[in-house]
Amino acid sequence: MTRVGIVGIGHTAFGRRSDATVQELAFEAFREAVLDAGIERDAIDASVIGAVPEYHKQRSLAGVVQEYLGLAPKPTWLTEVACASGSAAIRTAWMSIKAGVHDVVAVIGCQKMTELSTPEILALMGRVGEVQWESGFGTTFPAYYAMFAKRHMHEFGTTREQLLDVAVKNHHYGALNPKALFRKEITKKKAAASEDVATPFQVYDCCANADGAACVILAGEETARAVSDKPVWLSGMGCATASMSVLRRPNLVGLPSAEQAAAQAFEMAGMEPANVDVADVHDCFTIAEIMAYEDLGFCPKGEGGPFVADRQTYIGGAVPVNVDGGLKAKGHPIGATGTSMTHEIVLQLRGEAGERQVPDAAVGLTHNVGGIGQYCFVQVLTRE
Amino acid sequence: MFKWFGRINYAPFTKVDGFAQHLKDGRLMATRCSQCGATSFPPRADCSVCLSGDFEFTELSGRARLHTFTKIVAAPTGFEDVAPYTVGVVDLEEGGRAVAWFGDSIQEGEIEIGMELQVVPQIFEELEEIKVYYSLERPGTEWVKV
Repeated sequence: MTRVGIVGIGHTAFGRRSDATVQELAFEAFREAVLDAGIERDAIDASVIGAVPEYHKQRSLAGVVQEYLGLAPKPTWLTEVACASGSAAIRTAWMSIKAGVHDVVAVIGCQKMTELSTPEILALMGRVGEVQWESGFGTTFPAYYAMFAKRHMHEFGTTREQLLDVAVKNHHYGALNPKALFRKEITKKKAAASEDVATPFQVYDCCANADGAACVILAGEETARAVSDKPVWLSGMGCATASMSVLRRPNLVGLPSAEQAAAQAFEMAGMEPANVDVADVHDCFTIAEIMAYEDLGFCPKGEGGPFVADRQTYIGGAVPVNVDGGLKAKGHPIGATGTSMTHEIVLQLRGEAGERQVPDAAVGLTHNVGGIGQYCFVQVLTRE
Repeated sequence: MFKWFGRINYAPFTKVDGFAQHLKDGRLMATRCSQCGATSFPPRADCSVCLSGDFEFTELSGRARLHTFTKIVAAPTGFEDVAPYTVGVVDLEEGGRAVAWFGDSIQEGEIEIGMELQVVPQIFEELEEIKVYYSLERPGTEWVKV
């Protein structure tokens, strides 16, 4: 079967985008990706849209995006797995190319969130918990991860300081990313003085709701080599799930879906965690990044706190993580986050990441989580 | 009458709707598969082990141990007026887990992971319509009929 390469990438500024509709955001990312790929729009056989429908007034988003991009009558469809919708879109595009159905597929993750109020978003996101038995108690998305944090602190001695180390690191790198929502360094003191959200989390433990889009164009190997002198290959693709209800999980200190998706991706790529030069992981909350280090095998279980405190995930450390600012500083327009992660790793493997470039990065990884680990997608990406 | 369950109920129609009637009568129930005997909390009508759709309710002791917790300050729509509130996840003595609020018998400062708790059926007295839930209370706390 053919290998699948990424031949074009595009990315909007993330943030409150009151200047644009969701299809206009999709267009910005798409135009940049088509120009980057240096292909004609007509060369694209299909598109896959990653988005979470509940945030938009427009029903059935794929159709309106497809029309606005001028891709009709080519096929399109929407993928939805909460905050991992963008990676699910990449996976289905990859599958369609592997299967020989399509050759060139544009994948667009896009989301407008800021038309809703924060309490409305908290209610919507909280319902990624199980609504029959949990949501009636007013559980929220931050609250679920906060309960993972409390348990992780209890079992492994992870500290409040170590959680804030994640926020400080990601804001440090967000300041270097022109597409990021927050482009300012923060101090632990400032983070520790922010408002409570759900204990132990304060505002700076949480990523920000945002609007934005990111596009990646995939092609089968022959076409990828023909149109690009620097294709980045989707070499390992993992995907796994865990129970919707956290009440039915084996433990509340990690995401079993992430462990399994990582194992699949590393096996397919013939790699192991130590081979990874740069990673983008799903830091929707500070504890989520610490659990990701452990679930992906970058450090042993329970040692994620010291791992970030020792600066092992800064550039120059064992494995630089979220050097684009992560969800934390870049912003988290949920449907766009997966394609944004892949966008960053492609930039890194091409050596085009500017001030935040990881020197000579050859192997990259993305880790995109849907909900509270109900879904997880892991990609291992390589260059020639 | 599953619409009785929860301050806001998002899933009023279910095969296990008898749960809410039992809760109103002071009983915390799990489900047990009539075919293979597998029990579940939260309740489920369809057995995840043997796929049978036959089940019966079985009463739990309510004895539990705190697995983790958080105080929610930023509340979602519909819960702003009761914020902040503290929710805990407990491991039930007979297996399974529940998420619930801490009740009046527990002071905020004494909450710690691993503490023993009692899951107690409750009814919202301040609401005109019937709304039932369960809370996390000091061990030995009894259900009180309202």
